[in-house]
Amino acid sequence: MKTTFLDFEQPIAELEGKIEQLRFVQDDSAVDISVEIGHLQKKSQELTKSIYAKLTPWQISQVARHPQRPYTLDYIKGLFSDFEELHGDRAFSDDPAIVGGLARFNGQTIMVIGHQKGRDTKEKIFRNFGMPRPEGYRKALRMMRLAEKFGIPVLTFVDTTGAYPGVGAEERGQSEAIGRNLFEMTRLKVPVIVTVIGEGGSGGALAIAIGDIVQMLQYATYSVISPEGCASILWKSAEKAPEAAETLGITATRLKTMGLVDKVLTEPCGGAHRDPQAMITTLRKSLQDALKQLQDKSIDELLEARFERLMGYGKFKEVAIG
Amino acid sequence: MSWLQKLLPPKIKSKPQGAKSVPEGLWSKCSACEAVLYRTDLDNNLDVCPKCGHHNAISARKRLDYLLDQEARFEIGAEVQPVDFLKFKDSKRYPERLTAAKEDTGEDDALVVMQGSILSLPVVVCAFEFKFIGGSMGSVVGERFTRGAKVAIEQNVPFICVAASGGARMQEGLTSLMQMAKTSAILTKLAEARLPFISILTDPTMGGVSASFAFLGDIVMAEPGALIGFAGPRVIEQTVRETLPEGFQRAEFLLEKGAIDMIVDRRHMRQRIASAITLLMRQPAVSGSA
Repeated sequence: MKTTFLDFEQPIAELEGKIEQLRFVQDDSAVDISVEIGHLQKKSQELTKSIYAKLTPWQISQVARHPQRPYTLDYIKGLFSDFEELHGDRAFSDDPAIVGGLARFNGQTIMVIGHQKGRDTKEKIFRNFGMPRPEGYRKALRMMRLAEKFGIPVLTFVDTTGAYPGVGAEERGQSEAIGRNLFEMTRLKVPVIVTVIGEGGSGGALAIAIGDIVQMLQYATYSVISPEGCASILWKSAEKAPEAAETLGITATRLKTMGLVDKVLTEPCGGAHRDPQAMITTLRKSLQDALKQLQDKSIDELLEARFERLMGYGKFKEVAIG
Repeated sequence: MSWLQKLLPPKIKSKPQGAKSVPEGLWSKCSACEAVLYRTDLDNNLDVCPKCGHHNAISARKRLDYLLDQEARFEIGAEVQPVDFLKFKDSKRYPERLTAAKEDTGEDDALVVMQGSILSLPVVVCAFEFKFIGGSMGSVVGERFTRGAKVAIEQNVPFICVAASGGARMQEGLTSLMQMAKTSAILTKLAEARLPFISILTDPTMGGVSASFAFLGDIVMAEPGALIGFAGPRVIEQTVRETLPEGFQRAEFLLEKGAIDMIVDRRHMRQRIASAITLLMRQPAVSGSA
């Protein structure tokens, strides 16, 4: 597949274009230019490295939304076997913006739940651009309860712009569906491991993101509001999105520093989409460790630690009154 | 004698041309039916228009004053104060917004929590101050809410929250999103203790507040006409590119869709809360003097 380049990656794109041309020439040329190609490839790698070494939060949010970025189903395929997808909330419908089901991870049964975006136009529409409706959150909760019943750990993958702002979604109780999940996940009696793989968009992300371990891929973002949304409210102009991204503090490293996520998973040079296999390997290792860590604890210990973690959120000062 | 007969003639007679002689704020115009109302009458009617029943927005303190019995009120969590940990800056710096909100409302954040009683039933009540940065939920709101719920658990009394909020506070970034998780989480402890959580939704209850504890009430009440929803109407309009139906996201619409238990007139709120609490806790009914 041909790589799609983002605006700030244009120098890399030019170089890659040149390499492509040379390869074309190489095919019907007597002169060996493979050395030259190798040289350029190395240069392209270095260029990517140097550009990615100093990405701004706004650029990172572009990578998080990259059209070729691996989505939940890509990770499910790469990490698990015997995936049995489960459908429907048993009340209204099946929401394709959230996928999930039973699977095996190194032979062990797990329940996997994640937001799912679409790759081409048709699938994008089918998946509602990864923006769940209430039935998606209710399906997720149903799967979590099923996991709890059979003592199966839950792994969630977060990747959504946000919960869908539509008429039907409101009519069917979008708010209640999200709130209910926050409540139930707090006391779900199985280990829950959350991985933000792309966009962690506000309440729509949080609704499947309460867990014992919360990790983020290096170029994933997690925010109370999209930079564009924030900019259009506070600056009255969506063009200020880069400033908003900066000040909101949405990147994995920043959130790690603030203690809001436990671990940042390093991505391949140029982002997860440049080498999905390498990303899957990293993720596999990290999920293994996380599962091991949690399964060594009793469920009471786990729930207490989860609760205390939630209680610890927030920064304020305390002053003497009176 | 109606309020109009009582009040209009002497004013007009005594100072016919002196508009300035009428004290500021003596009269108030109903924003819904445009009736001109005498401020005292509006106050005596809990800020509900006596003509059309429109429920005017009120401050958090006034709300608590209208709900709680006069005696034995104690504020909870006032010692918790906001900080600008992100050094957040948009067109204004966050501390400037906090200062302006404080000057405007007299509060230092958007939630006031009090222990007290309603018709002699002991309770802990939280009320949102919408005029404080849109009643937005940041660290202080989350912490005060949590402390209020903890006091309710310690004292073995019901917990009540009156919401009026635009959602999470952007100026505190992801930490404000996590307040949704925190406030919902503490309610699991209240549930374990089998203590009622009564959630009252007033105009407006949106975004992160709506999508966390607001709908987790054992009983969810709303004031008439209150705007309640996850996404704001403008956002939805831009997404679906059509005008929204009349009354969309109003309390009456939510009742019809099955999202809330009841719509309660502010003037009956004390009795209805007391009734709900005593029924849930299997206690005898309280005599119904407001």
